[in-house]
Amino acid sequence: MDYAIAQPGQRRFRFALDQAHILGPLFIAPAILYIALLVAIPFFLALYYSVSAYNMGNLSLSFVGLKNFIAVTKSEIFQRTLLNTIVFTIASNALALVLGKIAALLLMREFPGRKIARFLLILPWAVPVALAAITWRWMLDSMYSVINWILVHLHIIPAYMWPNWLGQEELAMISVIVVQAWRLFPFAAIVFLAGLTSVPKTIIDASYIDGAGYWRRTFQIVLPMILPIMMVAMLFGLVFTFTDMSVVYLLTKGGPTNSTQVLGSLAFQVGILSGDVGQGAAISLYLFPFMLLATFFLLRYLRRRDI
Amino acid sequence: MSRIRKVAEEGGFVAALGALLVFAAFPFYWMIITTFKRDGDLYNLESNPFWFNQAPTLEHIKLLFAQTQFVRWIENSLLIGVVVVLITLVTAVPAGYSLARMGGNKAENLGIGIFLTYLVPPTLLFLPLARVVSLLGLQDSLWSLVLVYPTFTIPFCTWLLMGFFKSVPRAIEEAAIVDGCTLLGAFTKVILPISVPGILTVVIFTFTLTMQEFIYALTFISSENQVPVTLGVATDLVRGDIFYWGSLMAAALIASVPFAILYNMFLDRFIMGITGGAMK
Repeated sequence: MDYAIAQPGQRRFRFALDQAHILGPLFIAPAILYIALLVAIPFFLALYYSVSAYNMGNLSLSFVGLKNFIAVTKSEIFQRTLLNTIVFTIASNALALVLGKIAALLLMREFPGRKIARFLLILPWAVPVALAAITWRWMLDSMYSVINWILVHLHIIPAYMWPNWLGQEELAMISVIVVQAWRLFPFAAIVFLAGLTSVPKTIIDASYIDGAGYWRRTFQIVLPMILPIMMVAMLFGLVFTFTDMSVVYLLTKGGPTNSTQVLGSLAFQVGILSGDVGQGAAISLYLFPFMLLATFFLLRYLRRRDI
Repeated sequence: MSRIRKVAEEGGFVAALGALLVFAAFPFYWMIITTFKRDGDLYNLESNPFWFNQAPTLEHIKLLFAQTQFVRWIENSLLIGVVVVLITLVTAVPAGYSLARMGGNKAENLGIGIFLTYLVPPTLLFLPLARVVSLLGLQDSLWSLVLVYPTFTIPFCTWLLMGFFKSVPRAIEEAAIVDGCTLLGAFTKVILPISVPGILTVVIFTFTLTMQEFIYALTFISSENQVPVTLGVATDLVRGDIFYWGSLMAAALIASVPFAILYNMFLDRFIMGITGGAMK
């Protein structure tokens, strides 16, 4: 009897789980909830911290208006950091894009050992940044740098006059840029390669039949087709570099004298290490307009892609 | 003439490939050679640094396992990785399916919206999250990372899975429903079993994403017995200002090998995931 009574309720439950408009939201709710609680709310907290007097000695969160932003923006270290971040981002991404494109073009060809070559070329992207950066730090060591050893033995620089890569301002900047490009270029290569190989062969064949030459085929047919996915990858690279601090922190900690300090590492230093959370939040919020801009373009290309 | 040109072309190809390979892979060669070199050989400016001038040694590896918490760090990383993978699967698999199948145009926008939260960087969220972590009493505990890592693995994996589920023909579910399955039944009994390859890819990538993270770990954790392996190697193996390069490189090498192998095995799937997810 119990069974017979339970039947209608069970059927109704079953019925509810059979409806796409009920099951759909139910399926997606946990993911959205997690993101709302641990991304959206913290984001608004960061906004609030940036206009409050929150620091280790003052947990009151009292409202101070734009005081933090004004203090931060006036500071010379911050101005230098902002400029560094822009230089670091643009230079490393440009270098990664060029290297990635070369790698993709090389891997387009069939040759013996191609699989091994591909394996070696994606290594920089596969290995955790902390482990890779510490290896670079050893290669750029002030005493035992293998790069200096090569330069000395090729007689490019005189013995015992070698540069201190991570200890001189310009060289330190060049070092972090090259290491970041080293990390990023395999990703650019992979996306480029995926784009190139997914252009339908019929379209390429048709272009031959219609008499299109190499340049016309490359610039008027292939590039426009893979442009959206390339732009998505490039914007990703830009956002990740602009907001990252791993390579800088691990190689130079922002030094010497803030010459490689970037927004992320400065926010870490001020907000976490020095405990001035209000100013730290103000610094990291400088990342936001840039992310908004990147998001705007990302949306355009995500919608326009056809490969 | 054309023969000369061909030879020049081949030469250019080999030279470009060679140069790029050296740039990409030399740091890994350097890890290996440093790991097995004796200190006397390592810190010698006169001898050829590219090969062994004294007999190779396992001293650095022994030191790493006997006198540091390296094994503990690996265990920490594995624990964090496994729990985060579970959380991610439970949330992202249904979310990806829901976006792929239930809800048309609105779902497309929602999918892009979720994907974009992947872009919100740790350097913006670490201050408020540090507060959240300490309110929950998780500061200096690896569970803080278990809590926080899904904030980037869920968006990323939802996007990948949405792509995979879109590539499954609708006719399969329709057949299941005609045969008397509910929508939920079609998902659990038919779609999930055939999506195992896609889900496996997501498992691998969630795992590697958590193992690669550095900034949150650096922010939340300072106790030597709670750190994941990447942070432990980069910060706790350095005593004061002294770098023990032999054991440092041994640690970096041992911790890197699994990533290299996994990425190589799953790269094609991953590429399909990106471009599949990008396919309308």
